[in-house]
Amino acid sequence: MIPEIGHFALILALCVAVVQGSLPIYGAAVGSSALMSVAKPAARGQFILVLLAFCCLGYAFAAKDFSVLYVAATSNSQLPLHYRLAAIWGAHEGSLLLWTFILTIWMVAVTLFSTHLPEAMRARILGVMGLVSLGFLLFMLTVSNPFERLIPAAADGRDLNPLLQDPGMVMHPPMLYMGYVGFSVAFAFAIAALLGGNLDAAWARWSRPWTTAAWCFLTVGIALGSGWAYYELGWGGWWFWDPVENASFMPWLAGTALIHSLAVTDKRGGFKVWTVLLAILAFSLSLVGTFLVRSGVLTSVHAFATDPKRGLFILIFLAIVIGGSLLLYAWRAPRVGLGGSFDMVSREAMLLGNNVLLIAALGSVLLGTLYPLFLDALGLGKISVGPPYFDTVFVPLMTPAIFLMGIGPLALWKKASLPDLAMRLRWAFGASLVTALLLPFVLGKWTPLISLGLLLALWIVTTTIVNIRERVSHLVGNSLTSCLAALPRAYWGMVLAHCGIAIFIVGVTMVKGFEVEQDLRMNVGETSTIGGYTFRFDGVREIKGPNYMAARGMFHVTKWGHDVTDMYPEKRHYSVQNQTMTEAAIDSGLLRDLYVSLGEPLAGGAWSVRLYHKPFIDWIWGGCLIMALGGVLAMSDRRYRLAWRREESLAQATPHPLGQEVL
Amino acid sequence: MKPRQKRFVLIGLGLMALALAAALVLNAFQSNLVFFFTPTQVANGDVPHGRSFRIGGMVEKGSLMREGDGLTVHFIVTDMAKRVPVTFKGILPDLFKEGKGAVAQGQLGADGTFIASEVLAKHDENYMPPEAADALAKAKAAGAQSSKTLVITPQ
Repeated sequence: MIPEIGHFALILALCVAVVQGSLPIYGAAVGSSALMSVAKPAARGQFILVLLAFCCLGYAFAAKDFSVLYVAATSNSQLPLHYRLAAIWGAHEGSLLLWTFILTIWMVAVTLFSTHLPEAMRARILGVMGLVSLGFLLFMLTVSNPFERLIPAAADGRDLNPLLQDPGMVMHPPMLYMGYVGFSVAFAFAIAALLGGNLDAAWARWSRPWTTAAWCFLTVGIALGSGWAYYELGWGGWWFWDPVENASFMPWLAGTALIHSLAVTDKRGGFKVWTVLLAILAFSLSLVGTFLVRSGVLTSVHAFATDPKRGLFILIFLAIVIGGSLLLYAWRAPRVGLGGSFDMVSREAMLLGNNVLLIAALGSVLLGTLYPLFLDALGLGKISVGPPYFDTVFVPLMTPAIFLMGIGPLALWKKASLPDLAMRLRWAFGASLVTALLLPFVLGKWTPLISLGLLLALWIVTTTIVNIRERVSHLVGNSLTSCLAALPRAYWGMVLAHCGIAIFIVGVTMVKGFEVEQDLRMNVGETSTIGGYTFRFDGVREIKGPNYMAARGMFHVTKWGHDVTDMYPEKRHYSVQNQTMTEAAIDSGLLRDLYVSLGEPLAGGAWSVRLYHKPFIDWIWGGCLIMALGGVLAMSDRRYRLAWRREESLAQATPHPLGQEVL
Repeated sequence: MKPRQKRFVLIGLGLMALALAAALVLNAFQSNLVFFFTPTQVANGDVPHGRSFRIGGMVEKGSLMREGDGLTVHFIVTDMAKRVPVTFKGILPDLFKEGKGAVAQGQLGADGTFIASEVLAKHDENYMPPEAADALAKAKAAGAQSSKTLVITPQ
């Protein structure tokens, strides 16, 4: 009964989405306030309905209702409750429901925080989001219904893939989807602007916080996924250039470009057409990402059973959304206008350079990800693109981008002078260069890449310091702290996000340059030393988990005779899916991680064992979190809120030209 | 410079940067493509020498042998028509099993042994890497398959 309620709620939501996707947009076109005002209640109603469906599915999982096909396929009676609930998004159908649910959350957020927008704009934004949601609901109801019944009911479920039975599963997909779907708001803003034909600085200021919010979620989501892969997959890597990872990384690159381009549109009224295109691109890539990962086109831990009907639906949906918005773009973009002019040496030009480089990087990832798929689809043979491709392409593309990142914030808008910039930054550059060249010797090993990485990180930090100093010296304040506090939060957000990049680069450089890994056979009582740490293997013990049996290895770690820690990696066997899983043991620290995972049992109680010493690896994720924090700080800037209040009071004070009600 | 000229210079610079990036990307792309071959193709000598490629198929039952160091393993990958001996030093993935599909990346040694630098086996017990399934299907289609039947569809 409960699953049928969920199913019914989805059908109702579909009906509401039809209304939301048509009437407000039509109303905005003909100027009918009555039609436009449908958008808000429709969006909220849709949220309630999808929430209901989501809860129904959650209930089916919690109550172990194996007469629901999806529940039977992705959970098991022995699976703990929190993983049963996380199994809602453990496979294709539920992921789509989560996607739609998050879309309705963003819709409600738009209805709550967009009261200051012109009515037509708001109606169009919600209308576009309604259309997107219509596509997803239709997809679910026609070919991937999570509420489909299994008659007769299964005695027990097939269990969640053991790889997914992890706290990472609880957090990573919702975060990632918050990011993906969040770009739908930026997309809806862009489409609304194209439909309305007016795109000004105010438009950019409105859509900036939304874009930044989505970007923050995506950043955290990707970082969580990377951290999860690091400890769960058992081979200690944090990024594999796997197509699935690339699918989430491409919208991130587009989103990062969009954030910077929006800054120009907001502050200088420039890059308008480009900004709109980026907004379309970011969301299109989010859609492609969702579908690539969840449709089984890509084979990896994320992919599930394929169904040709689904593939066709997906292709049609993508064609409509991407093709339609690009057509609209081609038709309406000339009306939007290019925006103000600027000199070749100016902050705008540098931001443009950053955008070009980010998009080039995006293109190279897209090529490496999709080319093998195309070849395969055309029957031209199977190939794969190795991670070295991405590494060789990324370093030269990102190096100039990061160099610009140091200069950009110091350059003047419209027209800057190179000699002046060189003067202001000569110390920053000199200090970074010397330190980057010498520091690796102190650390014990010099390679060009280590120096380059350190140079880029130091360059970001030193230019940031110069920038803050200059900003403060321009302020007339009493104390240093009051000066620092006087700088706007958006500025601090940028500083923090850029420093996050620096921290990230340090992490990547140190791990790539100095990590030590060893695969070896260890007998009980044997020791092995890597990176100054001595690991002693004390044998394995059998333990029993809720739905698995495990061999738990015991390692005692010492450094120079002092105890450091004990580590317990596990080899688990999940009986339902008859699958073996490696659970690595990790001792994390600010400056290094120790990582032990068990290979296979060998004769005489010995095991093959993998030992890693990974310096600074946590800086990689720490850097990502700091980037996201920077985004949050930037969003909380007063100027967005002030602008809201001002526009709101303005809207209330002056009667609308057509005498329509406002709000 | 007039704004018009400026725009041209900017566009020119942008295009140059793009061309450079494209050249860079395509060059790296070309040298990092990893092609996939079936054991039959390996046996027929249709594979590149001195270059890394992938092979896939079933790990033959009873073929897995481990050397005394506990890390070096020998096994045979087959598409039921031809067999390729593989050597790998390292820890095998969790899902590597005899009688299951696997994909290995590496180079062909002078003696015809495939020296793998990486062994991939993913997913649950029913899952067959698509490359491996493909190799088996091809060999079967070529008529080399005997009366033994194999379930090669994933899931």
